[in-house]
Amino acid sequence: MRVLQAATARFVSTIIAIFGIAIVVFVAVRIVPGNPIAMMLPPGATSGDIDRLEALYGLDKSILEQFAIWLGNALQGDLGTSISLRRDVLGLVLGRLPATLELSILALVFALALGFALALAGARYRGTPAEAGIDVVNGVGLSVPDFLWGLFLILLFGVIWPVFHISGRITPQSDLPFATQFFLAESLVRLRFDLAADLLAHMFMPALALSLPLAAMIGRLLKQSIKETLHLDYVETARTRGYSENAVIFSEALRNALLPTLTLIGVQFTFLIGGTVIIERLFSYEGLGNMAIDAVINRDLPLIQGIVLVFAVIVTAVNLAVDLTYALLNPRLRRG
Amino acid sequence: MDQDLTRRGALKLATAPLAASALGIPGLALADISELTIAYNVNLPSWDPTVGPSAVNPTIQAIYLSVFDYFIHQNPDLSFESGLVTDWGWNEDKTQIHLTVREGVTWHDGSPFTAEDVAWSLERAGKPETGNPIQFIWSKIGNYKIEGNRITADVLSFEPTIFIWMAFLTGFVMPKAYYEKVGPEGFEAAPVGTGPYMVERFERNAFVQLKANPNYWRGKPEFENVTIKFVTDAASRVAEIESGNAHVTLEIPYEEYDRLRDSGGISGTAAPISDIGMIFLNDIDVMLDRNVRLAAHHAIDKKLLVERLLNGYGVPIDTLQTPDYIAYDPTIEVPYDPAKSAELLAASGYGPDNPVRFKIQTTRGFKPKDYEMIQAIVGLWRRVGIEAEIDVYEIAKHYELRAADQLAPAAFYNWGNAVGDPTTSTGFAMFGPSPHSVWDGEDLIGMIGPLWGEADEEKRIAGWKDVDRKIAEDGLVIPLIQYVQPILHSDEVSVTPHASGALLPFLMSRA
Repeated sequence: MRVLQAATARFVSTIIAIFGIAIVVFVAVRIVPGNPIAMMLPPGATSGDIDRLEALYGLDKSILEQFAIWLGNALQGDLGTSISLRRDVLGLVLGRLPATLELSILALVFALALGFALALAGARYRGTPAEAGIDVVNGVGLSVPDFLWGLFLILLFGVIWPVFHISGRITPQSDLPFATQFFLAESLVRLRFDLAADLLAHMFMPALALSLPLAAMIGRLLKQSIKETLHLDYVETARTRGYSENAVIFSEALRNALLPTLTLIGVQFTFLIGGTVIIERLFSYEGLGNMAIDAVINRDLPLIQGIVLVFAVIVTAVNLAVDLTYALLNPRLRRG
Repeated sequence: MDQDLTRRGALKLATAPLAASALGIPGLALADISELTIAYNVNLPSWDPTVGPSAVNPTIQAIYLSVFDYFIHQNPDLSFESGLVTDWGWNEDKTQIHLTVREGVTWHDGSPFTAEDVAWSLERAGKPETGNPIQFIWSKIGNYKIEGNRITADVLSFEPTIFIWMAFLTGFVMPKAYYEKVGPEGFEAAPVGTGPYMVERFERNAFVQLKANPNYWRGKPEFENVTIKFVTDAASRVAEIESGNAHVTLEIPYEEYDRLRDSGGISGTAAPISDIGMIFLNDIDVMLDRNVRLAAHHAIDKKLLVERLLNGYGVPIDTLQTPDYIAYDPTIEVPYDPAKSAELLAASGYGPDNPVRFKIQTTRGFKPKDYEMIQAIVGLWRRVGIEAEIDVYEIAKHYELRAADQLAPAAFYNWGNAVGDPTTSTGFAMFGPSPHSVWDGEDLIGMIGPLWGEADEEKRIAGWKDVDRKIAEDGLVIPLIQYVQPILHSDEVSVTPHASGALLPFLMSRA
């Protein structure tokens, strides 16, 4: 019951947060430097041409009027028309979102695999030079930003040892039988492993670049949590019952050390999605982040608003899911 | 046992990429040169080359020119020759224009290209509701009449450059019947032109696949299939060409160009293009003082900037005309002369101990070494008694400030003029009422005004040269350099650069 109440309150606050974000974004994109009309003025344009363009894109009205119109349309599922792409914003955003979600999820999988491996190895070999080495690896992972990892990976796996694709999402010559934009998921469902391999060869470097900082965070926090758990009485009891050290870590310590890591993963996953903006650009990956940069360069106000709104919905939804999962997993919250 | 497992796991992890490559991850090698791959530096937002912001984005024109044709063809050296329109001109009193339309051309869908298409395209371009950004030019002709393959139209307002615009921004011929049948959305989904390549597949923000048009009126292109990948990051473009994932790329740092050209199967082409770097001077504050303006210009060693900052890839210029432009006058010079700068400043009471101060705005990374160039210029200015404060802004901010006439006293910008006419360089940049000009001096407006409608071509060009001389003598703008475009390409591909900066697959062949 308490979980249900908390979930309802959290849901309501999420809706309010998204509305607040919509207002902030709407106002912010209109007061930051850069006028979309000035960007598209041809040589020789007159003040009449400027007025005509402003009227065409509804920029001749006050910000309040523009917001009221935008909000009214948004509530009906119409996020407007992109100035630069001249297409429906919602369609554009939803068309690109699956690419970004697949990349983010793959990056999360990489981060979990690497982070857990580092944490478990560090805990297993605690107090030895191996743990010190793992700490150094974690430190490097944390201190190097994802885009620098991206450049390093391009050099390593794109130029020196060219085994992965540098840019794009799929080889242009590929036959694409997809019905959705979730190419990777759909290729696996359709058992088209050739396409799945091609997609993964494109996604490997951007996903790895995105994942490394998060992997280092997970590795450091989880290792510390496991080490703390290893001193608890029930773990000592397991040891006296003859469990091997590996069994103690995997079967006894890991489960109880997971909760703080779960919270971290939830929070950091939202940062990871934000990180796709730069990484998608670097790897020319056709996702929402790449589109966001073009939208900002072109001062495409409706598209910027649409993308930010969708990012906001994803971030708040992930946070909500993490909170609910935490509430369900944490016995103190679950039992009230 | 545990340690063994860990080692094994680590080995598996380390060899995963090797295993992946051994399994043959597809598409990494460019096995067949008939599949030409170009790593291009911009995305293509829209397929209609006549409407919206992308229609006036010079960098995108190369993609449009691969699929569509201008009314009048433009050669790589910026000269014009017959295209879809084979003959053009005015009647005697210049109240009418006439166009002769090429026969035997077909659209990509196989339908015949006709004079109707040309007249409809021109008429459509002149209607404000279609959203053509150059509508103000196209609306100056109207009342089209078609007789066979000849079109006549009335001159509603005399525009001497109307034929030049027919080979410039938005000057594309569109398919009347097809467009009316499929509408704007259908056209976006499946564009049809008369150009050298047909669109096979387009993935927004990713790539466009083109197939050679076997019936192209200038002859079938050499490469049957072309993939243009949109790789907007310069480091990634360098990696694409270095790894062999692309045959051709452009707009890379000059240092990388020098490192990679003539090495490992890669060649380079670097030729001057119609883009220039310049410093706008706004007629406010200290820039109202002619001595200060001229001192600022004479204090800049442009040759040094080109050699030291641009690795020699640039051409110093003293007017807004490059040597390829029709109104270029080599006798107009503003030489590097720091002594003269100091003298001019002294005449206005300034010097190293009492420097004249103003702000200079610049982009950073928008053009090659833009910020570094301004830093160097500020250093040169300091020597003669000019203390300039650098303000970095985004290009979007520049456009906004320029349109509102609120640029700082000095502001760096680059200007493109792919047709080489003085109206689209000096004209729009320096004519006060233009939203692209920040110099509002009445004397210059008085000189430029009559040239917009000057019917005598010789007089028109001579008039623009006079304007350029006046600008140089009064120091109303500081032209800096003509850019050189670095293109890297596989040894197996020969690339003909286009002076407009457009990288055209049609101009590529097997080496």
